[in-house]
Order: sequence, then structure tokens, then C-alpha cells
Amino acid sequence: MEGTTKNSNFKTEEYQINMGPQHPATHGVLRLLLTIDGEIIKKVEPDLGYIHRSIEKMCERDSYQQIVHLTDRMDYLSSNINNEAVCLAVENALELEIPDRVKVIRTIIGELTRISSHCLWWGVMGMDVGALSTFFYGFRDREMINDIFEETCGARLTMNYNVPGGLMLDLHPNFVKRVKKFVTHFKTKIPEYDRLLTGNVIFQKRTKGVGILTKEDAISFGASGPVARASGYSCDVRKHHPYSALDKVTFNEALLTEGDTFARYQVRIQELWESLSIIEQLIDNIPEGEHRVKTNAVIKLPKGEFYQKVETARGELGVYIISKGTKNPYRLKFRSPGFSNLSLLNHIAVGGKIGDLVAIMATIDLVIPDIDR
Amino acid sequence: MTNNTLQDLIGNWFPNPEKEVFIEPVTNKISESNIEASKSINSSLLEFSQEASQFLNITVQPEQFYALMHLLKTDEQTQFDYLFCLSGVDWGEEVGVVYHLESTVHRHMIVVKVNASNRENPILDSVFDIWATAEFHEREVFDFFGIKFKNHPNLKRLFLTDDWDGFPLRKDYVDTINMIVK
Repeated sequence: MEGTTKNSNFKTEEYQINMGPQHPATHGVLRLLLTIDGEIIKKVEPDLGYIHRSIEKMCERDSYQQIVHLTDRMDYLSSNINNEAVCLAVENALELEIPDRVKVIRTIIGELTRISSHCLWWGVMGMDVGALSTFFYGFRDREMINDIFEETCGARLTMNYNVPGGLMLDLHPNFVKRVKKFVTHFKTKIPEYDRLLTGNVIFQKRTKGVGILTKEDAISFGASGPVARASGYSCDVRKHHPYSALDKVTFNEALLTEGDTFARYQVRIQELWESLSIIEQLIDNIPEGEHRVKTNAVIKLPKGEFYQKVETARGELGVYIISKGTKNPYRLKFRSPGFSNLSLLNHIAVGGKIGDLVAIMATIDLVIPDIDR
Repeated sequence: MTNNTLQDLIGNWFPNPEKEVFIEPVTNKISESNIEASKSINSSLLEFSQEASQFLNITVQPEQFYALMHLLKTDEQTQFDYLFCLSGVDWGEEVGVVYHLESTVHRHMIVVKVNASNRENPILDSVFDIWATAEFHEREVFDFFGIKFKNHPNLKRLFLTDDWDGFPLRKDYVDTINMIVK
């Protein structure tokens, strides 16, 4: 019933309304300009730039060691994986041989970061669709990971644990013990997540069949991460272009074909199990050795172009460095997963209701600083 | 497909008069001029390079750019259907765009570079109708480099305000208040 109601005496009119920049469901300062007819969405136009810091321009000024610190501030929930991306790009360009110990530790902490990010996502996902209690459960488990990070490198969120050539510090003696304790703990908690939210009838009604993204559209819109994998597009960088110690472990790529909000939810829950499995395979086999190889104090990359992609909690992060042989990059581009995933929001939200838009945005899992780089 | 076979294949596209270069004139208004241009294309206009990069790099002239991109997407042997990175670059004398493409079928990757001839008023063809993700990425490039994309449906500033002066990611951009130059 677009345009008119049953009684043709009443005509409806399209009008525009702002969602954000200060809106709890936009998870940051994202402003959406909605064109709506009653409660039916006709158009979603994101307005970006509220927290744009021009990290790419700053990178042209900074040394390669300094750039690593800036990447924390993009997708702050995947900070360690972002750091790793720049470090890998620099190490590959310099053709540095990285010790196995570093590779394994990077992978373990990367997967812990992914679990921590998905815990937060799960908490706010429930909150967005009206189940406030999930927020507290998600944050309870995330706290354990943050404590491990704090003991390892002194920071809970913006970690800066990776440096070009390895790790800033060696592992804390408690690390293995605490990670094992967390894995045992969390294995009992994911079924609790399922009991609390996944099987909930109201939750399923809010998410099933909402915001369907086909595989063709996912590819055309450059989607990646859980968003694309819920539509059946196999795009896990960890599988297709393994980095660090990911070629030594076996895990399944979470892949569903429904493409709706509920499928995106399920993919992330599956990924929690897969990340736990990767950690379990590596935690008893951390090789001994150096935690860092020596690099020059001033790193100069050879002339050329270097591209490194990694899988963050949100999808594919690409680091594209153009070097002219100096101590700064000539141009550094971050291909952030959130930016491409946001571009399909209008496509899948049109025709739905405002409440659907909130559920869709929750499963696209936007982190605004990742979009406003 | 390895980089060398890709280079042979793409290099053979244009000098071959048997191969009809046809671009569907659906949304792209310039498609007719593109067809004209692609008929007169010859392979010397494509520059291949594999040095100092892990991908095969193609540099193409702006006139042949849209035809090449369309073929890269539609040809069965290449099928580059995933545009995963689109970056504006200020090369100094010219400004240009770098496209990173991947095929989800064949899993090979390629880089296409195109530079606008005029730095003051750079214009390139939009590829939003080939890859939907380009719409947002091209707006970002317009915002920071001032490159205009022909036929783009909604070409306006994305991050900055509409009245912003200049294009910040250009090398000659000066902002005495907000920028700290070391």
C-alpha cells in the first residue's frame, strides 16, 4: 500500500527525517538521511565525515612505525588486526623473515580480538532489537579478553602490540594460562548466547527475511566479512590469502546462503566457535624464540607498490602502500571493510520499516571510525 | 590465471578486429563514444608492468578506460567481478585512480591505473554501473582529489562539507590552520 491507504481519502506523503548523528542505534556519529513514507523506507543516504581525521594524509607525513599507531583508531574493535596489516605490509616489502613465535602470537591475539569484537557486537545487536540484557552478558565475557590484553601489552583497546619486525614485548608468563581459562569459560557461554537470543521468537521475527542481500549484490557492492559470507560469497581472507600462522591451522569458513539479517547473525556466532578452535590449536604450540627481529631505526621501503589484505572482525582490510623509497609512504590507502559494507545499506533497507533498518545496521556491524578514516 | 597469461590475453583483446567491443548503453550515456573509441584502440595504448608490485599492472588511457573495465568484468576468461580497492593518487604532475580487481570465479587479481590528462579539471569515466561499490569510492576520490567522474549519479562531497575549499589529499594542498607540517 504505497502512497495511499485503503481509504483513498487519506493520501500519504514522503518526507525526510534524520537518524543520527546522535542516535544509539548508529553506534557512533553516523547520520542517515531517511526518506520515508509512513514507516516504509524509500531511501537511505548516509552523511559521513563527523569524525574524519584524514589518517591517510597523516600517514604521508609519518614514519612506518608511527603509522601502526594510527591504525588502532580506525576499527578500534579490531585494533590488533589493523596493526598486523600494516606490519605485514612493511615486513613483506622489506622481505623480513619473521620468527614463528611472532606469527603464532599474532594469530592468537588476532582471534582473541575477533572474539572480543563479536562479543561486543552480540551485546549491542540484542540491545538494538530490544533485549538489553545481552549487552551485559556480552561485555562480561569481553572483559576477560581485555584483561588478558592489558596484562600482555598494557592497553585494553588500542593495543599497539605489533611493530614492524615483530612484537613490542614478549608474552606475559600468565598469558597461556589465562587464555586457556578463557577458552574453557567461553565454550560454556556461547550455548548460553544461543539460549538467550538466537532461539528467541521475537528476535527471529525481527531478523528472519529482513534485509536480504543476494550473492551477486554482495560481490558487486564489494561486501566482505560476515556480511558477504552470510550471502554465500566465500571471501575469508584467512582462507584464501592466509597470513601469519593461519596456514598452519584448520578451521571452517562460516558460510550461509540466506543473506538475511538472521544469517549474518548466525555467521558471527559460528565464527566465535571457529576462532576458539584456532586458539586451541595454537595455544599449546607457541614456539620458543625471538619476539622481534631487528629493523633499522628509520625504515625505508624499497620503491614500489605493496598491498596487504587481512580479515578483521568486519571483513577485508586492505593496506595499499605506494613507496618512492623514502622513510614515508608516498600514498597510503586503507581499504576499510566498513566503508564498502555501508554502501549496500541503501540497497537492502529500501522497502523495509525503520525498525528493520536498525536490525540491518546492527548486523552490518558498522564501526564509524573505520568508515571515517 | 597467472600474470603472464593474463597479460597475453588482455593484450590480445584490442588489436583483434574479430572481437566486437560492445558496451550496453543502459545507464552510461557516453557508451556510444566509448564504442567508437574502443574500435580504434590498439594495444600500444595499454602498458603492462609486473615490476615492484605483486599484481599485474595495466596503465590505460582515459579514452579506452571504460571499454577495458567493461571487458575485464564481462569476459569469461577474466571475470573480474570484485572491485576491492579504489584509490585516488596524486602522482605529482597528474592525478589518477588505481583500481584493484579480483575475480571471485578464477581468484586472480589485477590492478588497473588510469590518469586524468588535466590536473586542473580532471575527468574520468565512472564505473558505478559495472561495480556498485564504485559509487561510494568514487565520491571519496572526488572529495579528496577533485577527480570528476562522468555519469556518476550523485557526485558530491562525501566526508567534507560542500563549501570546503580545495582537495586535501592532493600533494599541493595547504591548510595553515589544521595541518602540522614537519
